[in-house]
Order: sequence, then C-alpha cells, then structure tokens
Amino acid sequence: MAEIHLRQVGKSYGEVEVLQGIDWKIGDGEFVVIVGPSGCGKSTLLRMIAGLESITQGEISIGDRVVNDLEPAERDIAMVFQNYALYPHMSVYNNMAYGLKIRGIPKDEIERRVKQTAEILEIGDYLTRAPRQLSGGQRQRVAMGRAIVREPSVFLFDEPLSNLDAKLRVQMRLEIKKLQQRLGITSVYVTHDQVEAMTLGHRLMVLNGGHVEQLGTPIELYERPLTKFVAGFIGSPSMNFLEAKMSEDGSKAHFTGGNSLELPAHLSGHGDRRVSVGMRPEHLLLDENGSNTASATVHVVEHLGADTLVHGTFGNDDGPELVVRLDGIKTIGQDEVLTLSIDPNNIHLFDPDSGKRLNT
Amino acid sequence: MLKRVHFGSSWLPFALVAPQILITVVFFIWPASQALYQSLLVEDAFGLSSEFVWFDNFIELFGDEHYLGTFQRTIFFSFSVAFLSMAFALTLAAMADRVIKGATTYRTFLIWPYAVAPVVSGALWVFMFDPTLGIFTYTLGALGYEWNHKLNGGEAMFLVIVASAWKQVAYNFLFFLAAMQSIPKSLIEAAAIDGAGPTRRFTSIILPLISPTTFFLMVINVVFAFFETFGIIHAVTQGGPAKATEILVYKVFNDGFIGLDLGGSAAQSVILMLIVISLTVIQFRYVEKKVEY
Repeated sequence: MAEIHLRQVGKSYGEVEVLQGIDWKIGDGEFVVIVGPSGCGKSTLLRMIAGLESITQGEISIGDRVVNDLEPAERDIAMVFQNYALYPHMSVYNNMAYGLKIRGIPKDEIERRVKQTAEILEIGDYLTRAPRQLSGGQRQRVAMGRAIVREPSVFLFDEPLSNLDAKLRVQMRLEIKKLQQRLGITSVYVTHDQVEAMTLGHRLMVLNGGHVEQLGTPIELYERPLTKFVAGFIGSPSMNFLEAKMSEDGSKAHFTGGNSLELPAHLSGHGDRRVSVGMRPEHLLLDENGSNTASATVHVVEHLGADTLVHGTFGNDDGPELVVRLDGIKTIGQDEVLTLSIDPNNIHLFDPDSGKRLNT
Repeated sequence: MLKRVHFGSSWLPFALVAPQILITVVFFIWPASQALYQSLLVEDAFGLSSEFVWFDNFIELFGDEHYLGTFQRTIFFSFSVAFLSMAFALTLAAMADRVIKGATTYRTFLIWPYAVAPVVSGALWVFMFDPTLGIFTYTLGALGYEWNHKLNGGEAMFLVIVASAWKQVAYNFLFFLAAMQSIPKSLIEAAAIDGAGPTRRFTSIILPLISPTTFFLMVINVVFAFFETFGIIHAVTQGGPAKATEILVYKVFNDGFIGLDLGGSAAQSVILMLIVISLTVIQFRYVEKKVEY
C-alpha cells in the first residue's frame, strides 16, 4: 500500500528529451492508466517508476521514500511485462516462488502463498507445468500471479494484454479490474489502447510526445478533452474534426459544404475566426425535428448490429469527411442525404493551430 | 520442417549437390577409407611390402600401456582445455553483456585470438614461456619460481593447455555472448524486480538459459582439443618432455611419420575417427533437441 508521487519527472538520453515535466500524485489504492500512442514515452515512464530506467530529472517517491537511487528490488513493486517475461526454465510454481525464495521466506509460507494466489487466478492445475506448455491467457495469469504473490505495495503493468487475442483481452481486462478492486493495491497501467484505458483506470494520464496532454477521470477526458489530441484519442470511432468559420458574434459555425451549426452559448467573444469543430460520432443524431440540424451525404454504411456507422461528408460532396454512429440497425442507402442534429453542448471547439480547447 | 522444393529437370538437383559431394569424396571418404584399409596392414621397416593382418594393429594398440596412457592424457588435456576456455569465455561474455558504451570495439578485440592460427598461437606462448628468454619465465623467476617446461612434464602440460584454451576463448566468448543476448531483456528485468542481484540473476536465470549453448560448446571444445591442437603442441613441446604432452593426434603423427609404423598409426586414426563420429552424434542428438526457448 503506497502512494506514488512524481515531481517534475523527466528523462533524456543525452540531448534527446523523451519525457518532460511530469507531475502526478497517485493515491493509495488507485488504479491509474498511462495512455498514449507508441513512442510517447509511456513505457519509459513506467520503467522509471520500476527502476529499470534512470531518472534524469525530478523525483519519484513511492510511499514516503524517494526511490530515485533505489534498485528495482528495493522499491517494493511488482511488474507484469508485455511479453510476460516468465522464466522459461522454471515451472509455474517456481516462477511464482522465485521472488519469495530470494527474500528468504520459509518454504511452507511460500507454498501457502503460491497455492492461494494460484487459486485466485485459477491456475492451480498448471503449477507443475513449464511456461511454454501454457496458452497465452494462462501465461498472462501466471505473470499476474508472480506479481500478486509477492504482495508488493505497487503493481506496474506494461501493456500486459497486447499479446492476447481480442476476446481474451476483454476477459482479462475485466479480471485485472476485479483483481485490483479486490486487492486494493496501487496500480499503474500502461497501454496504447484507449478502451483499456477508459475501462480500467480510475484516472488517466494521456501522454503525447513526452509531455502530459491531460490528466483526469475517463469521463472527464471524454466529456471535456483539453486538446484536440486527447479528443481524437479517447472514444471510438474517434471524434470528427471539421474546419469551420465562426460567425462574428460567435454563435454559429459555417462549414464548407453548406452547413451551419449553432455553438454552445458561452462561446461568444471568439467571433470571426477559424475553428476546428469536434463532434463525436455518437453525438450526431438522426433527427429531422431537432433544433440544431445539418445535412450529410452518405458514402459508405457499416452495420455492426448494435449500431450503424455512416461514413460520408458533412453537407454536400464538397464538405469535410464525417463519421456518424447511429443506434441500432438503420436502413440507409448510398448517396442518401441525412439530416443530423446535435446538442450544442456536445460540440467541442479547438484552436486549429495549437489544438487547444476553446470552449471552457 | 523444411519446405520441399521440386525441380523441373532431373539433372539440376544432382548438379547442385555435386560440388559438395565431390569435396566430401576427395577430402574425406577417400582418405578415410585409405586409413581404414591401412589400419589392417603391417608394413616392413623399409616400406617395400605390406601384409594384411586383420585387426592385429588394434589388438596391439589396446594392449599397449603407452597408448592407454596417451588416451588418459588426452582426456585430461581436452577437458582441461574445454573447462578453462569456457570458464574464461563465460566470465568475459557476462561482463561484455553488461557493457553498453564501446561494446562493439570491446567485442572485436575479444574475437581477435580466434583469427590466430594454432601454430602461431603456440609460437606466442613458446616465446613468452621460453626457459631462457621468456618474459613469464623471467617474471616467475623473480617471484622465486623456476619455470622450465622443457624439463618439467607438468609445466609442459600446463603450458599447452593454457595455449590451447587461450585460442578457444574467443570462439566460446562469441557463442556465449550471442546466447546471453538472445535472452529477452525483460526476463533479467523481471528477476531484478523479483529481488535477484546480479550474481543471483546470472546463476539462476542466465546460466540455465544458455545451457544448450554450453553443451554445444563443450562438444566443440572437446573436439577442438582432441584434434586441432596438433599445431600448438607441435610448436610448443613436440609432445615432450618424455611424451608428457603427447596426445592422441600427436601420437598418430609421431608413430606414423616419425616412427614409420603406418599400420599402427592408421589404426589410431581410425579410433580417433570413431570418437569424432560419436561426439557428432551426441551433438546432433541432444543439442539440437534441448533448446529451451
């Protein structure tokens, strides 16, 4: 049990800065997710917490200890690796017992703890097997078991689900969440998958190019993304960004393709400028009687059963590209012109150059 | 499983393997069969006539105390060379594995001895340990130890072992390093997080995982020590003093070309051939199967 405190943490390899100015306080028992595209430095940050990478700027503390100069072994952490990193020459039992043996814990105690952990993870039947005899999902469980059995104060997960197939990933995601709730151990989870991030984390850190784009709960990030990057990253299919020109009083946006939309009321003062209008595919509704309507030309329709994805252009054929997600099964033909409506409060406005959010 | 390739014409595959077959026939099958035949003959002292004696040469060999002594000596020599060179190479590889800056330069330097021919390597050691002008002899003398491998059989043996092992270190180093670098980094990191220090990680993770390589090198080194150290021994001791460093291959040469007992020498080489074959079988049988990851 411990909180993790990052203070102005940065990392550079010689001249190259890969992370800068990261400040974050992770509460005791909290499950946080660091999410970002590949190469954003998220794994590096996790490895810095683990002690596998040196900390070149700032300070990291776990509990009440500054861990900058501590070896990984002294930090009281456990880590689950992307490739599981199970010791291939040891049985499942020995894989789990390895860390305990090193700590000089008595044999019967080790046995009790390994058995108990194996039971939680339902791998009790495989204890004598070698890792190569296990399937991907089972290996994943063993890797988790090896982390849990040590009863560390912090769990670190480095994209643990990315080697699993889609179905198993959903199942394991749920299990990780349940397990974390049950054990209540502070956890840091790194992923590039926004669905994993949204479903697992109490709070998320969105990293891009080595700096923090936004910190917050999944809902905050979804409802009020502070940058275009976060807006596009969170949510699937991702948000539509449409270039538009604002009317002088700031109440309307005019799009190429002939459409105009009403903007949220509190946006006056930004009049007569170019903006990037963000609209989530699921916030565009098929509603002819709605108040704030616009037209869209349909190009391709994808039926997913639970919902229907419509790809097309906003306004006529010259308009910007658009994706709309409609509930249920809709019969829509190609080249059909739809009337869509959107609640002005669901419209996000971004500066097209800096990518910063305009409506507060 | 290899993919089968089908050739359209019937002569092409034969033409493609012909050079290899030809080389094998000329440089292996033919001399080997000559040796086999020779081992069943006894020549007269002047080389004018020979008599077919079936297995008399072999029977004589196994009754010969000197031959059996040479056998023991060879085994001692081979395993000492293998152990010494592998232990040294393993230490170097373990250290090189941790080096980040200048790793390529470091590795290149360590590989150099492998490019030195056995005879040259032998010559190097002869000069360094020469009883009258060697630098090591001088140093040992200053420390109060009188070194003379030309008189002392034990010292001579030590010298050829060290010279042979030195030559093999580079080769072993390469394989050990490659094996260590093929171990996923995350395994070592996982062990570090589990609380294992560098020594513990080495003994409990790295060493078991490179065991297939260790076994492979064991066989290769024993084969090297058995057969390819002729040059070193010839340059350093000529099998002396008093045959103290005469190993099997050297005895084949000594008995055959110096002593002119062609039949007996051929019989010895046939026995050596059998040893090589069995070592190769062991190699293929076990090493290729026992890869852990």
